[in-house]
Amino acid sequence: MNIGILAVQGAFIEQEQMLSGLGASCFEIRQKSDLSRPMDGLVIPGGESTVQGKLLRDLGLFAPLKEKIEAGLPVFGTCAGLLLLAKKIVNDERRHFATMDITAVRNAYGRQLGSFYAKAEFDGLGIIPMTFIRAPYIESVGENVQVLSVVGGHIVAARQSSRLVTAFHPELCGDTRVHRYFLNMIETLKEAKRSEV
Amino acid sequence: MENNRFELNKNLAQMLKGGVIMDVTTPEQAKIAESAGACAVMALERIPADIRAAGGVSRMSDPKMIKGIQNAVSIPVMAKCRIGHFAEAQILQAIEIDYIDESEVLSPADDKYHIDKTKFDVPFVCGAKDLGEALRRVGEGASMIRTKGEPGTGDVVQAVRHMRMMQAEIRRIGSLSEDELFDAAKELQVPYDLVLYVHEHKKLPVVNFAAGGVATPADAALMMQLGAEGVFVGSGIFKSGNPEKRAAAIVKAVTNYNDAKMLAELSEDLGEAMVGINEQEIELLMAERGK
Repeated sequence: MNIGILAVQGAFIEQEQMLSGLGASCFEIRQKSDLSRPMDGLVIPGGESTVQGKLLRDLGLFAPLKEKIEAGLPVFGTCAGLLLLAKKIVNDERRHFATMDITAVRNAYGRQLGSFYAKAEFDGLGIIPMTFIRAPYIESVGENVQVLSVVGGHIVAARQSSRLVTAFHPELCGDTRVHRYFLNMIETLKEAKRSEV
Repeated sequence: MENNRFELNKNLAQMLKGGVIMDVTTPEQAKIAESAGACAVMALERIPADIRAAGGVSRMSDPKMIKGIQNAVSIPVMAKCRIGHFAEAQILQAIEIDYIDESEVLSPADDKYHIDKTKFDVPFVCGAKDLGEALRRVGEGASMIRTKGEPGTGDVVQAVRHMRMMQAEIRRIGSLSEDELFDAAKELQVPYDLVLYVHEHKKLPVVNFAAGGVATPADAALMMQLGAEGVFVGSGIFKSGNPEKRAAAIVKAVTNYNDAKMLAELSEDLGEAMVGINEQEIELLMAERGK
């Protein structure tokens, strides 16, 4: 499986290591020419959403990637990636791909002193470890969005058809279950497409 | 995993990777930096070039000024305290700074001891010019390292020297046999377990940025190709002719540091770069502070 990892800024190497360890073949997306490669799924890593949003536009990646996501390319966003996919962000005027019916709160737990670990249930995967770094959370979701995990009363993971987001960083915890979940999700979507045809 | 602050603090540095951290002195500059694509800003009253020019004792910035910058932007805000000045660090923690830079740019408050950074909940970044300094700072609790370079000069030679030195020493430690690591720890004057980490992973235990003298997109690309995981730009931006454009160009250069064609485009029409000082012309070597 070919996974494109947005590598304009942030913790993209951690995502590559995680997914390569699970047998996926990963490539970095830093400029437009990288998009010519076959891609079964896209990962938007943690980092600063303002920086990633700006570089996506400046490097000519924004429109082609948005088109692919809207056409159903499976995408997994962590932390900043969640903000890039959210249709609404309560405390930020900037909007990016805005392809998922969720309302996010940016830096929802405050500054670095508010960063923390938690353990919580994740859609049938059992209890998984979660690292939150200056993290957002999801305040509310639209009708077609499935809530996958809740920590302290706040939604921290969700899925809408081919889009998966987590407010935490599964790539930092050494637990591969969420990444496997994403790869399985891609497989299932592919199967469904095949049976349609 | 429990609430281990050191891990969480190292994790924040991981999120800054591939990014540019810019020195700013006002909320307006902070906003310019944020919209140019800075992944964090360093709030300080005077940028290193001006500290150098002004001379005298240089201290932590006014907390009110730092708070003004915290309120102006949504990205992480860092601030500097003097080497060994744990009371300044306590003050910065009290205003919930995202990262403290225990920095040789300010006048050292202690010529023997660095701050015991394990006593703090907020993260620290420290300068280093070789592997020994880097691992001593990590041993004291720093969760991110940067080269010292020579701040405020616009001359990248020292940052290059420090980065090359660190990378060469990392390669050397990686090539030792395990029974030689005890002696290497003694030689470097650092904890054994950190030497073992470097031996096994062929990298520092924390994120390593370049800093000191970076003034152009080419400088940033040079440091990234030499192994930096991101770049601090201090005086280079707001001492130049067109800060917005230069800042945005350096941000893009850090993302596409291996693409010479793009670097060529980015280097065009940036206006005047900061006026540099060569290392032979410097009276005060900040990199010699805090070993």
